[in-house]
Amino acid sequence: MPTIKSLDDLKKMREEALRKQELKTSTGKTEIVVGMGTVGIAAGARETLKAILEFVDSNHLENIIIRQTGNIGIDSFEPVVQVILPGQEKVTYGHVSPEIVKTIMEEHVIKGKPVSDYQVKS
Amino acid sequence: MKTVRSMVLVSSDPESQKRGSTEIYAAFEQLLSQYGLSEEVQLTYATDIGNSTAVPLVMIYPEAVIYGPLLVSEVPHIVEEHLYKGRIVDEKLAPRYALSGRIAWLQARKGTLPAENRVVLKNVGLIDPESIDDYIAQDGYQALGLALTQTPEEVIKTISDSGLQGRGGAGFPTGLKWSFVRKAAGAKKYVICNADESEPGTFKDRVLLEGDPHRTIESMLIAAYAVGADEGYIYIRGEYQLALQRLEAAIKQAEEYGFLGKNIFGSGLNFHLHVHAGAGAYVCGEETALIESLEGKRGEPRSRPPYPTNEGLWGKPTLINNVETLANIPPIIIHGAEWYRKMGTPSSPGTKVYTILGNVNDKGLIEVPMGITLREIITIYAKGMKDGNFKMAQTGGSGGSIIPSSLQDTPMDFESFKKAGVALGSGALLICNENVCIVDLAKVLINFFRVESCGKCTPCRIGTKRALDILTNISNGQGKMEDLDELENLSHDLIALSNCGLGQTAGTPLKEMLNYFRAEVEAHIKLGICPSGTCQMYN
Repeated sequence: MPTIKSLDDLKKMREEALRKQELKTSTGKTEIVVGMGTVGIAAGARETLKAILEFVDSNHLENIIIRQTGNIGIDSFEPVVQVILPGQEKVTYGHVSPEIVKTIMEEHVIKGKPVSDYQVKS
Repeated sequence: MKTVRSMVLVSSDPESQKRGSTEIYAAFEQLLSQYGLSEEVQLTYATDIGNSTAVPLVMIYPEAVIYGPLLVSEVPHIVEEHLYKGRIVDEKLAPRYALSGRIAWLQARKGTLPAENRVVLKNVGLIDPESIDDYIAQDGYQALGLALTQTPEEVIKTISDSGLQGRGGAGFPTGLKWSFVRKAAGAKKYVICNADESEPGTFKDRVLLEGDPHRTIESMLIAAYAVGADEGYIYIRGEYQLALQRLEAAIKQAEEYGFLGKNIFGSGLNFHLHVHAGAGAYVCGEETALIESLEGKRGEPRSRPPYPTNEGLWGKPTLINNVETLANIPPIIIHGAEWYRKMGTPSSPGTKVYTILGNVNDKGLIEVPMGITLREIITIYAKGMKDGNFKMAQTGGSGGSIIPSSLQDTPMDFESFKKAGVALGSGALLICNENVCIVDLAKVLINFFRVESCGKCTPCRIGTKRALDILTNISNGQGKMEDLDELENLSHDLIALSNCGLGQTAGTPLKEMLNYFRAEVEAHIKLGICPSGTCQMYN
């Protein structure tokens, strides 16, 4: 990785990073974001993440990006999972246990219908 | 779970009662059930709402609309238009000239309830904390680049103009602190980030470090440039393993990219950053004890002056800032002081991160502008009380204040709280309903301080022990009325004579218990009962 020597370098880096992000979303990939702060992990986010990975693996799903992030602030609802289908609004699910993962993956990620039962509404 | 959509407050000071506020309350009660709104609209009396000639007043949240003076005959119109159809009845709004004090402040914000405004937490929960590219894509390290094109004095001036105050609890002006270190003599200076967040119930710094570690690194770089330091330490609480790992990974990435090291951005700035994990002592969150601990000594506070800004780590000028304070720096550098001053109140600009816990429906983390009231936080962000009614709140972990319900409409900022005689603390809000006993709460708090006292100074070492003994006696039903005087003396001595913030704040729960809940304590002693049924009486 090149070291950054000036503000111009940084601007170039930023554009490149943004371009990479856009590439990810514009290629029609589904994003699944799992909140992995201490609260999330204590509430079982690791098991949730594992269940998501296993589901993707066993159903041979493609074009899915799974990534982690920090605490989004709704601690009573951890573990929190957000699903972003290409070109659609972010949908936030709360109390996502490995069993619920299955429902969300089948209904929302595969069929494209958000599961209203587990959604967190602000 | 009971969730509240709106809240109606009817003023009930003597003047309002004389002019019919009780009838207005009854009319609301009847109409709400008639419209089937009783479940979603909470109706309460409000006292202590500041001066107004327009009583009786009716305040409706979340819009923060104030109607007044109101007649009983006008209530049906308000319920139908505002609560049922959701339209504000403009012609009945209280005229601003008739309001003063706290209430005028609420009126000034009419219709613009401070929404959650994420400045500090902007990236948290959005980016991947282990990826520096994610951070750069969200304007990361831009503020550093910008700061390096200015002189250090210009950077400090921007921070001073923004009015940023330390978010660790004391609220010291950040710009002023920076200028002290800048002006201090000596070639070698240090920057320390205080991430030893040990206040029970506070976890804002952990969330920040876990969710956005690069923000802290960037802020420390800006601080180092402004004050002329070339070495920095992040003193992190030992229990925060995840935050520690992510910070170390972030520092490594920043070093690879050339943000840390020598001649950063070709500007001649050198900066090396170390992470140091604490070993679980509460007192090490105090800045001088933290420095001692960093030097490898026992974590005991130093006598001040000299202050760390002149003689800090290894006797060199040292800047110590809290994680949240530092996280405010990059947005201020990018958007300017003017922009920052638009948020919050004139005396305390900006936003504050609160962690909400206790008997409420939604626990968690919010970032709202300074000056929001406790009632708004409980009803709107915490979605109401889980069971029972609001009795008191404890701000800022053990070191904060106990806020009684009479102060729940005071704007939450450093100035207003100081005037009300309470402290904002570090941002934890422990919300208690009436099932919480004040003696029990004070006992838990004092015991915490007794355990965590480092033992260096007598008032803190002996005083906390003595206070705990008295409180235990009271909760066992063996208290005497003279105990109250002794507690009062103890609280005064703790506040006045302790060496550092630990002992000084240990006195505040005692003081506030006696100020706001004296009757409840007396009931323990004289009647031998605990009004909330928590304490077990033995006689």
